[in-house]
Parts: sequence; C-alpha cells; structure tokens
Amino acid sequence: MGIVKATNISKSFGTLEVLKNVSLEVDKGEIVAIIGPSGSGKSTLLRCLNQLEKIDAGVIEIEGVVIAAPDDPQRKAGISPKEVRVACRKMGMVFQNFNLFPHKTALGNVIEAPIIVNKMNKDSAARIGMEQLAKVGLLDKKDAYPSQISGGQKQRVAIARALAMNPDIMLFDEPTSALDPELVGEVLSVIKNLAKERMTMLVVTHEMGFAREVSDRVVFMDEGRILEDARPEKIFENPSHPRIKTFLEKML
Amino acid sequence: MDYIFSITTFILKGVIVTLKLYAVTAVFALPIGILVAIGKVSGPKILKKILGLYTWVLRGTPLLLQLFFVYFGLPFVPVIGIKLDVFPAACLTFSLNYGAYLAEIFRAGIESIDKGQYEASKALGLTYFQTMRRIILPQTVKVVLPPTCSEAINLVKDSALIATIGMGDLLRNAKQVVTRDMNISAFVVAFILYLMMSSVIVKVFEKLEKKYSIYE
Ligand SMILES: Nc1ncnc2c1ncn2[C@@H]1O[C@H](COP(=O)(O)OP(=O)(O)OP(=O)(O)O)[C@@H](O)[C@H]1O
Ligand SMILES: [Mg+2]
Repeated sequence: MGIVKATNISKSFGTLEVLKNVSLEVDKGEIVAIIGPSGSGKSTLLRCLNQLEKIDAGVIEIEGVVIAAPDDPQRKAGISPKEVRVACRKMGMVFQNFNLFPHKTALGNVIEAPIIVNKMNKDSAARIGMEQLAKVGLLDKKDAYPSQISGGQKQRVAIARALAMNPDIMLFDEPTSALDPELVGEVLSVIKNLAKERMTMLVVTHEMGFAREVSDRVVFMDEGRILEDARPEKIFENPSHPRIKTFLEKML
Repeated sequence: MDYIFSITTFILKGVIVTLKLYAVTAVFALPIGILVAIGKVSGPKILKKILGLYTWVLRGTPLLLQLFFVYFGLPFVPVIGIKLDVFPAACLTFSLNYGAYLAEIFRAGIESIDKGQYEASKALGLTYFQTMRRIILPQTVKVVLPPTCSEAINLVKDSALIATIGMGDLLRNAKQVVTRDMNISAFVVAFILYLMMSSVIVKVFEKLEKKYSIYE
C-alpha cells in the first residue's frame, strides 16, 4: 500500500483548472521525481499533498489515513482534523526559495517546530538540531542568521529544519532552482544522501541528470495531467509521448 | 538663576502629568494596536468592517476634537452620558487615537511579511496562532520600529493638548509662568524639556533598532 496516495484529485484556481484528475501513488522508500513544463501543476500537486492547498475533488491518503476527500461525503465525514494534522506532520517540505525564518539562527530555525509543535524541551531539541545540522554539513553555521549564509547553505538549513520533525516523507519543490549554478551540487548531494537512506521523497526538479540518477520513478506532468509515470530509463530513453521528448530535448 | 530654578520646578510638576499621560497611553495603545491589527488581518469580515470604521474615524478626525468630544461631549450623549475627569478623559482619547494609528502601522507590518513564512510554518505543523506569535509578529516588530518611533515622538507633542481641557501639564504650566511674569524663559525651559523627552525616546528606539538589526 502506498505511503502517499492521491486518487483523481482536481484543483482549480478560479476558472483555471490546474490539476485534472491526477492520481499518484508512492511507496515507502520510493524516490519520485516530478518533471514537466512551467505551469503544469507540479508545485500545486505537492502543495495539495500537505494541505497548503485544498483540493476540489478526489482523495488524498497519507500512510493509510484519509486527509482530504472533499467530494466523497462518507469519507469526508470520517476525517478528524487532529488525524490530518498528525498525518501532515509526517511530511516535510522544502521550498524553492527556502522560506527560512530570518529572525532565527540556523539552529533556531531547526529547533522551532520540535519545541513548539512537538513540545520537546530545549535541550533535546538542540541535540536533534545539531545532529541535523551536522548531517547537512553546517554545524559550524549553527549561530548564523539566514542573511549571513549562502543560498546553498540556506537550503541545507531548510532541509535540516524539515528533517528535525522526523518526517516519513519529504516533499521538495525545485530545491535548487533559486541557486547559483555552483551551489546546486551541495544541495543535491544532501538530497542524494537522503535517497541512500531510503527516505520517501517527491522531488519536483528541473535537474534532469539528478532525476535520472536518483529517482526510482519519474512523473511527467503537462497541463494539469500526468502524461507519463515510469522508470527514469523509460522516460529519458523512450518516452511514450512526443511532448515529453520535445521537453527533454529542450532541457538537455 | 534662582528664577530659572524656581520656574523649572513648577514646570516639572507639569512634566509629571505629561509623563503619566504618556505612560498610560503607551500601555493601552500598544495592545489595542496589536489586537486591532491582528483582527484586521485575520478576523471575520464583520470584525474587519468594525475595526476599519474605528481606525477610519480616529485617524480621520482631529485629536483635539476627539478630546473635546470625550471630555465636554460625552456627558450629553444619551444613555451612556458620563462625565469623565480631565485626566481619564485624556487617557481614554489618547489611547484610542494612538491605538488606531499603531493598528494601521502594525497591520501594514504584518502584511509586509512574505507569505512563504506562513507556508513554511504550516508545513512544519505550527498552528495559525503559533505562527503569528513565533514567526510573524517577531518579524513585524523590526519592520514597524521606525514608524512607531515617529508616533512615539508625536505623542510627546500631542500630550500638550491636555492643556486645552484644563490640566496643568508641561505646556500649560510654562504658559502660566510666562503670562504671570511677562518673561519668556519658561518657554525656553519648556523647549528644552520637550527636546529631552523626544531625545530619550529616539535613543530608546535606536537601541531597539540596533538590537533587531542583528538579522538581515
Ligand atoms: N495561488 C494561486 N492562485 C492562482 N493561480 C495559481 C496559484 N498557484 C498556482 N497558480 C497557477 O496554477 C498553474 C500551475 O502552477 P504550479 O505552480 O503548480 O506550476 P508548476 O508546474 O509548479 O510550474 P513551475 O515549473 O513554473 O514552478 C499556473 O498557471 C499558476 O499560475
Ligand atoms: Mg513550481
């Protein structure tokens, strides 16, 4: 059974239909890259999964718990807000432009949620925070404010911040798109390390090399639909759709 | 020299009144400003309407008129007609008036915070209330310090309006001395005392801004 399961989800902004009957299932430990042209709904898909956006139709299940089913009265009635919160906490998210808290140090960013959400005491939180910062190679920057570190370092802090909540699933929305080219590598290598630990991950990315190398599956989105969902070799070598081919040729 | 000393002691009695009014206004206007700002940003529609009316009226009419209304006018208002003493009347008016100005400053401050901050907080599991308290409002403080400083200095000067409803504040005492003795030294003393108070406030805000300049 999938740890993340979206069934026929739809989402519109006003009259613009951004997701059209999208279904996606991700197993535990699987790494799924989501690619596709700009505006195809990749970010929206991720944001719907962790409830930053509300879907209009369909069902989302996280670890078997239904967290959204707006057009299924029976399942909708069975949703408890508390269960939804718990399920959403199992998902960590990393944003394109980091969204670090500028008024907190690197360590302060990482320990905020463990202390405030998980009610952990300061000492244990600091221990976990330092572990996570060490893991992304930034222990020496623990007292630096976001404005004092590079983009790549910011994104690594943001990853540590998400990991400190001990998520089962990580959602990455173009984690390297806002970075100078020379800083992309350090962030990708942190994500690759997570991949080695078999963290379940959904990664929206424009880094085709990375998608090909790291992911178990590649999902290609176009105009709010999943055009193909297959192993990377298949997508990159023999895509089932001419649009994918055109897109990949442009990217390479 | 003795003359200056003696009038200064008299004027300083007025300073006490001014400072008291200042303190009471600061203590009430700040929470009013914060709560109204939060209500305006995230309250239900009807509350937003009411708070909008409040800031519209209080910012759109002269403080002096508001003061006259509360002191001279309230007794004639049907049903709630109460007669307040000079000082409570001034405190009420100033708190409501400054609360309205601060509310608008704080609202603009809150709205200037990037929406990514809310999203990151939500993704980490913080509730809306926790997000406001831990993430948004602390960042707002830094943004609103300069405009709040201007208001804090305005309040020093506006406090002199209490003289118009008959309370012996700094300005009124100084004026009394001038008319009594036909000597303008008291005005000079008043200038100096006002400048001293404003300078202290500017210094305090400089300290605060420095403290908050530690990030970005
Ligand atoms: N909050 C919103 N309000 C209105 N329209 C939105 C909103 N969020 C996204 N959209 C629109 O939805 C469509 C899909 O957006 P989305 O961000 O999911 O695309 P994307 O595939 O992530 O694109 P990109 O590669 O540029 O990030 C776009 O046309 C976008 O303009
Ligand atoms: Mg996007």
